[in-house]
Amino acid sequence: MIEVQNLHKSFGAVKAVEDVSFSARDGEITGLLGPNGAGKTTTLRMLYTLMRPERGRVLVDGRDAALDPLGVRRALGVLPDARGLYKRLTARENIEYFGRLHGLDETTLRRRCDALIAALDMAAIADRRTEGFSQGERVKTAIARALVHDPGNLILDEPTNGLDVMATRAMREFLFGLRAEGRCVLFSSHIMQEVVALCDRVVVIAHGRVVADAAPQTLREQTGAASLEDAFVQIIRRSETRAA
Amino acid sequence: MHAALTVFLKEVRENLRDRRTLINALLTGPLLAPALFVVLINVQLHIELDKAGKPLPVPVVGAANAPNLIAALVQMGMVVKPAPRDPEAAVREQKADVVLRIPAAYAAHWRKGEPAEVELIYDSSRRDTHEDVSRLRDMVKRYARIVGAQRLLVRGLSPALARPLVAADRDQATPQARGALIFSMLPYFFVLTAFLGGMYLAIDTTAGERERQSLEPLFANPVPRRRILLGKLAATTAFALVSLALSVVAFAIAGRFIDTSRLDMVLDLGAHFATFVLLLMLPLVLLLAALQTLVAAFAKSYREAQTYLSLLMFVPVLPSVLLIVVPVKAQLWMYAVPLLGQQLGIMQLVRGEALGAAPVAACLAGTALAALLAILATMRVYASERLAISG
Repeated sequence: MIEVQNLHKSFGAVKAVEDVSFSARDGEITGLLGPNGAGKTTTLRMLYTLMRPERGRVLVDGRDAALDPLGVRRALGVLPDARGLYKRLTARENIEYFGRLHGLDETTLRRRCDALIAALDMAAIADRRTEGFSQGERVKTAIARALVHDPGNLILDEPTNGLDVMATRAMREFLFGLRAEGRCVLFSSHIMQEVVALCDRVVVIAHGRVVADAAPQTLREQTGAASLEDAFVQIIRRSETRAA
Repeated sequence: MHAALTVFLKEVRENLRDRRTLINALLTGPLLAPALFVVLINVQLHIELDKAGKPLPVPVVGAANAPNLIAALVQMGMVVKPAPRDPEAAVREQKADVVLRIPAAYAAHWRKGEPAEVELIYDSSRRDTHEDVSRLRDMVKRYARIVGAQRLLVRGLSPALARPLVAADRDQATPQARGALIFSMLPYFFVLTAFLGGMYLAIDTTAGERERQSLEPLFANPVPRRRILLGKLAATTAFALVSLALSVVAFAIAGRFIDTSRLDMVLDLGAHFATFVLLLMLPLVLLLAALQTLVAAFAKSYREAQTYLSLLMFVPVLPSVLLIVVPVKAQLWMYAVPLLGQQLGIMQLVRGEALGAAPVAACLAGTALAALLAILATMRVYASERLAISG
């Protein structure tokens, strides 16, 4: 369970995030939708305590990120926008490194690694160095790394970015699996179809503000648009006129 | 397992797989310097020691004007060469090192008992000819002294009358200390080796990781950043230490290839020397690793960090140069200054002097304190929000 209350963050004169609030529940997939530069990545970075909000609060499973950042990070699995694998290490070594930093003992670590490698269908690449991995192989490795400590909450920044159709579909199935296990999955995207296909709830962000927060179906009904894409365009336009 | 240890092991493993780092840390740095050193020293020894006993060829203008003088000079080792047409031009164009000219008036002055003049034509801005010029000048002076003494004797006076004062040289330098002058660059070589040994890790673990954007997921782990930093510093220090140890061993071996009999000194780069060098350098290696990481943390990319660190590399040469240009008497406080303390200490070891407990303690404590401050400063930079954000 991730709760975000009135987050503010600015870089110099630029207000990147202004009064963002939403919550992502366990057993649901929540999509953070918005155009490029809307403040999605900055919001997520405050969630996993890489950045400190100027105002507002982040609660993960009831833990306050400002007071207990390590506890919050322990409860989170994170796939950042930049996957950031170590090229001179194999996929398995990449996963093991983060597992050890999470303090897993060697038996648990081996069990988790094997389980994730099987679940993500990456047995063929597990013992290869990640140098030269395809985009899909890199995302798989980074996701396995994010899940190695079996976190209840998962934050994914643009998880299907750069993936081909087959890999995207496999990723979706995998995320549904995580939802079925009762985890809280929060992911960001600027791709409409993605959100429709995956999300139980959509939080739309534009210009650093939340402009809509509902189920995809409800969003369509609220705006009276035929498709979610039309709804999205309407919502963004409306927020632009309001901001101007 | 402790998080810092996990980071340390991962950094070591990852960098052992990087050929560029390996070659620089474990091959070029530690082995090139000693090899270079042996060559340099042997060349210098040959130049300095060979010249003294060798015949000195000198083109002479007007040799016929002073047959006795020429005969005496030849006896002292000069070899008469045919004179160039224009001696001044020959020296300027570096065709001749030094030319001796005996003017036509020489014989007339000589006979009257007036000072007869001979000219030494040379270019004092050419350092390589100093030796030849001063040898020739000494020969001329010696001849003048002998003739002067003979003239006094002929008149029934003691030659001692003309020499009211004698300055006698009593050089107290031990053979080691004389040789030590040549070895004053040795401490710098050690510092440089440690610097190069750790440099690639400092860059890779901070600027490199930032450039590859892996710092962000790394910091999402439930580990305080200072522990991650400690692991990285430990890895950098370990590489620098291995590099330094290899270098010290290489110098011990290289020492055998230096012809010390010509130096008239005992060169001891053996176990005792190696132990103390490593001891004195230990806190300095830590200080260098922290400074390198600190500098690398300000760089946005690998290449930028490399540029900054190449500049930082010139700092350690300062004490070496300073002590060569402005020789100072070592005070206890100087040992507490990082770099300067190591320079003084290692020089003392080279000179074969015993190193007192107080200087060693001052050196270790002073540098360790500086290292601690550098680590704390690096921790502050590591804690900043800006560090993890790449791009």
